[in-house]
Amino acid sequence: MSTDQYEELYEDYILPHFEDPYHKEEIECASCQHSERNPLCGDTVTLQLIIGKDDIIEKAFFSGNGCAISQAGASILCEEIEGKTVTELEKFSAEEMLELLKVPLTATRQRCGLLGFKVLKTMLYSRDGERIEEESTPSP
Amino acid sequence: MSTQTETTTIPSEIEQLRKDFPALHQTHPNGKPVVYLDSGASAQKPQCVIDTVSECYSDYYANAYRGVYYFGARIDEGIERSRELVRELINARSTSEVIFTSGTTMSINMVARGLGEGFFTKDDEIILNVLEHHANIVPWQMIARQTGAKIKYLPLTEDGRLDLDELPELLTEKTKLLSVTGMSNVLGSIPNLEQIISACHQNGTLVLVDGAQLVPHASVDVQTLDIDFLTFSGHKLYGPSGVGVLYGKETLLDKMEPMLGGGHMIDQVFQDKSTWAELPAKFEAGTLPIAPIIGLGKAIEYVRKIGFEAIETYEHNLLKYAHDQLQKIPGLTILGPGTEHKGAIASFTIDNLHPHDIADWLDRSGVAVRAGHHCTMPLHDHLGIHASTRASFAFYNNFSDIDALCEGLKYTLEKHRLL
Ligand SMILES: Cc1ncc(COP(=O)(O)O)c(C=O)c1O
Repeated sequence: MSTDQYEELYEDYILPHFEDPYHKEEIECASCQHSERNPLCGDTVTLQLIIGKDDIIEKAFFSGNGCAISQAGASILCEEIEGKTVTELEKFSAEEMLELLKVPLTATRQRCGLLGFKVLKTMLYSRDGERIEEESTPSP
Repeated sequence: MSTQTETTTIPSEIEQLRKDFPALHQTHPNGKPVVYLDSGASAQKPQCVIDTVSECYSDYYANAYRGVYYFGARIDEGIERSRELVRELINARSTSEVIFTSGTTMSINMVARGLGEGFFTKDDEIILNVLEHHANIVPWQMIARQTGAKIKYLPLTEDGRLDLDELPELLTEKTKLLSVTGMSNVLGSIPNLEQIISACHQNGTLVLVDGAQLVPHASVDVQTLDIDFLTFSGHKLYGPSGVGVLYGKETLLDKMEPMLGGGHMIDQVFQDKSTWAELPAKFEAGTLPIAPIIGLGKAIEYVRKIGFEAIETYEHNLLKYAHDQLQKIPGLTILGPGTEHKGAIASFTIDNLHPHDIADWLDRSGVAVRAGHHCTMPLHDHLGIHASTRASFAFYNNFSDIDALCEGLKYTLEKHRLL
C-alpha cells in the first residue's frame, strides 16, 4: 500500500472510529463483559455484550484507553459483531479482524489492532468473563 | 533546517564518525532515510565491531578455555584482552573483578541471588526508587520474597530526580543495599552517585549502580566513586548483543555464591559435591558469548578513541537543541528534569496523541523512536501516565536528526488533525 493510500485510509476510516467511536460507553446490564490490557503499552479495552435469544449478540459496547489503532479496532469490532451469534463469533478469526481494520499493521501494531478481538475471544472461550445475570449456573 | 547556534565539540568529525555505522545509512522501505533515535534501547554498531565479530567466526573460532590448539588460544587471548579493556574502561583494580554475563539483567540477578540468603535476612532493607528499569526492581523483589527483606523507595523530586535530602532518613541499620541507576532510561536523570555512595557507605550499606544507560555516555570510575557493583550491557555500548558485564569488588564477589553451576565455574567436581573456581571463572558457567565478548572489546576501543569527554559535551549540545526544538511542538511535554541534570534522552507526551500512534507515524517519516513504558511501569504510574515516547541520542546523531524528529512530529499532528 502506498503512503498516500495509507494516509487516506487512516484519515477516512481509522480516525473517525477513534474520534467518534461506535458504542463507546459503559452499560449496566451486560450479559457478559471482559477487560484486557496490552502489557507493552498499557492500552485497555473492556467489552460488554448483551446476548439475546438464540445466542445472538444484540448489542456490543466497549470502553478503554489507548492508541488510535486499539480503540478504533474495538469500535470496528463492536459494529461488526452485533447481530452475529456466539457460534459465528467463535469462528471469527484474527485474520478477519485484521482485514476489517483495512490498514496494514506491523507485528507490534497488530497487538494494538487485535486487543478488542482478544478480549472477545477470551470472554467467549475461557469463561473468565464476568458472567452477569442467570448465565452463571451451568446447564445440566 | 537546523539553527546550529550552539558550539559543538565534534560536529565536523561527526559526519566522519557516522560513516563508521552502516545502519545509519539505510533507507526505510518507504524511501525515507532512516533516522535512528533509539540508542537507549540498543545502539548501532560501528563497522570495526561488525568486522571483529565476523572475523572471529571466519578466521579463528573455537570454544573458550578449552582448546589447546591455535584457534582456542586466539579465542582465549581475545576474551582476556576484552576483559582488560573493560577493566581499563571502568578502572577496576583487577580483571578478577570483571565478569562477563549476558547483559545488565543477568548481572543484577547474579548479585541479588549471589548475595542471597547469606546476606539478606528477614526485615533487612533494600532501597530502590521508581526511576529504575524493571531489571533493577524485579530481581530485588524476588530476593525480598525469598528472604523476608523489605524494599523501600527513595522519593523523587517534582522534576524527576532522586530526592537525596530524603536519603539519610531512609538509611537504617537494617539497610543492606541500595541499587540505583546511573542514568534513568526514561527521564535521563543522572543521580549524584558520589553523594549516594558516600551516605550509604557511612551506613554500612552496599551500592549497586545499574550502568546500562550511563556507561555508554560518560566515563565511570569504580575506584573513584567506590562503587561496590556496576552492571552494564554491551549492546548499548556500540557492542554486540548477548554480552554484559558485572563488576564487583573482589572481597564481595568472593563472598557471593554463583548463580549458575556448570562447566568452567568449578575447581573440582566430585560425585556428591563441587568446589568453585577462582574469580572471575566462578561466575562464568557454561560457554560464554565468545564472539560478542571479543566484539565488545573492539567497541570499547572505538569509543575510547573518540573519548568520553568529547562525547559528553557533544551529546549535551544535541540534548539542549532537542529540548529547544521539541518545546516548540504544540501540546508536547518533556518528562523529567532540565538538560543540566540529565543525559541524552528526551521522553515526552503529546496531548491527545498516544505514544504508539506517535511512534508509528514517526516511523512513516523514517524516524525510529520507542513508545511504551520502556520497562519502567512504576515510573509511569508515578507520573500518572500509561506510556510515553522516547527519543534517545548517541554521538552519531546529528542536529538534522532532531530536525527530522520535529518534522515527523508535525506531520503526525497534522495527520491526526491536531495541527
Ligand atoms: C537502566 C537500564 N537497566 C537495565 C536494562 C536492561 O538491560 P539488558 O536488557 O541489556 O539486560 C536497561 C535496558 O533497557 C536499562 O536501560
